[in-house]
Amino acid sequence: MADRGFHWLMVVCALSIFGIVVLIAYELVLRSQLSWHAFGLRFFYDSFIDPDTHQKSYWDPVNGHFSAVPFVYGTLVSSFLALLLAVPLAIGVAIFLTEMCPKVLRGPLAFLTELLAAIPSVIYGLWAVFVLVPLLREQVNPLLAAGLGWTGFFDNSNPTGLGFVSSGVILAIMILPIISSLTREVISAVPHSQREAVLALGATRWEMIRMGVLRNARIGIVGAIILGLGRALGETMAVTMVIGNSPEIHRSLLATGSSMASVIANEYAEASSDLHLSALTEIGLALFLVTIIVNACAQVLVWAVTRGAPAQAH
Amino acid sequence: MNEGAFEFRSKMRALTDGAVTSLAILATVLVIVPLAVIFVHLVYKGAASLNLAFFTQIPKPPGEMGGGMANAILGSAILLALASAIGVPVGIGAGIFLAEFGRGSKLANAIRFTADVLNGVPSIVMGVAVYALVVHPRIGFLPFTGHFSAFSGGVALGIMMIPTVCRTTEEMLLMVPNAVREAALGLGVPNWRSVLSITVRTASPGIITGCMLAFARVAGETAPLIFTAFGNAFWSSSLNRPIAALPLQIYVYALSPYDDWRRLAWAGALVLIVLIVMAVSLVRYVTSRGVLKGAS
Repeated sequence: MADRGFHWLMVVCALSIFGIVVLIAYELVLRSQLSWHAFGLRFFYDSFIDPDTHQKSYWDPVNGHFSAVPFVYGTLVSSFLALLLAVPLAIGVAIFLTEMCPKVLRGPLAFLTELLAAIPSVIYGLWAVFVLVPLLREQVNPLLAAGLGWTGFFDNSNPTGLGFVSSGVILAIMILPIISSLTREVISAVPHSQREAVLALGATRWEMIRMGVLRNARIGIVGAIILGLGRALGETMAVTMVIGNSPEIHRSLLATGSSMASVIANEYAEASSDLHLSALTEIGLALFLVTIIVNACAQVLVWAVTRGAPAQAH
Repeated sequence: MNEGAFEFRSKMRALTDGAVTSLAILATVLVIVPLAVIFVHLVYKGAASLNLAFFTQIPKPPGEMGGGMANAILGSAILLALASAIGVPVGIGAGIFLAEFGRGSKLANAIRFTADVLNGVPSIVMGVAVYALVVHPRIGFLPFTGHFSAFSGGVALGIMMIPTVCRTTEEMLLMVPNAVREAALGLGVPNWRSVLSITVRTASPGIITGCMLAFARVAGETAPLIFTAFGNAFWSSSLNRPIAALPLQIYVYALSPYDDWRRLAWAGALVLIVLIVMAVSLVRYVTSRGVLKGAS
């Protein structure tokens, strides 16, 4: 009797996870109905003409016009910028730690990455606001504008230093530990016989890494990168603090913008109307769906490499 | 291939190898240095800003010097206690189900996948969902609902703890050798007793580790609290009212135009970091000792 009761209690706990996810999805869908009925799919690709200024506008809580385009753009640009900066470094670190690093350093470095993954987003944001943004504004942005200004992507007319570049850099710092530790895991799962076989043919260490390790681990590494992307897409606080929060689309990466997560963080508590709240919820729903898909893809790819491989002792 | 060309190719290969090695070392340095800089900067700024008032006083009105975050520390403690009260039992229960009852079943696989999905949900979306469920629900008569409250913040953080606790509990239980279970059952102990007093007990250091990891993770969460716990400039310990929280206060103060508030933000960040570093180090210490030392 007690046995069955205990069994069912555990089943209820397990099913509650299922219930929570379904409930979240259901509420998000329900609460975004208003915005969905008002704008439909155009919410994600269209813009409006502001009746007062006769200019293109995307997000106008006063007149009740909403379009998620600038936020989708901001999220994509800052996340891809972050990947661009983080991926080569993360893979370099993972290769160094698994294939080259002296054993003495391995433990402390792994611990450091663990620690950095645990630092809350708001603290990265705090550091970015007071250290990173001034640094970029004074030193880096003028250089980018001078060297690459002709492309149009680095037009430095924004004096604050806030914007896509700042949020891309802080996001890169934040997702580095995740990508590199997962890549490390994937690389460690490649059997030693692969390395030995390539070495036996007279390969140098780099040739061994390229042919014996990276070729076998590449699917898992792509998975690690996608998981990092998933993290970057949903990252809220640090981005909100440095992206500048303007619902506009600029070609320049040095301009301010806004991301899907940051607009929710900024406006949700003070939404001016039901439609405004509903539009923000729809952005949340989109974020929810996208991160689920991205994370599921990443899991499948990482499993493809690590499944079956014994956990390696450090 | 003549001798010279062979020599040349060998040299090129050695050069490439050296170049890649230096690039990997460079990447590591490039990563470690800024991260170390962040850490040192935090400790330096935080230590310079921390004083007794930080732990004993509530915030002063804008522009006035002094004050502290005592109410936010209390608020965070209350929120985290509530979150643990929700996340730990449900997470452990689900973990026990996955490891002891549902091993290999379709239901277990579905639950495991759902837990991973829940783990990947951005924290801001969790805030939106809890806002819809608790702060502004469609049914209006339930207690604690209908307005910003400490309760809603605790629920949001609690839900976020569940997947981490569940998956570590499962992993730790799977490491308990079957002989231990069989020994208990062989003595005629009922299954529930065997699970709770033998299997879970054996894996308890690992399970506690998982709980602490989950705790450390939600301790710094800000996004789900912005429109649930909402923040409060005064003392409050009621679950029914908006409550201050350390990360939330750091966020608000960091973006404020007052130097003294920014100083408090750095101090708050240091307190949060110390808490998290302690949790992570303890976790590492416990796991490095071997999860199942007690059993062997």
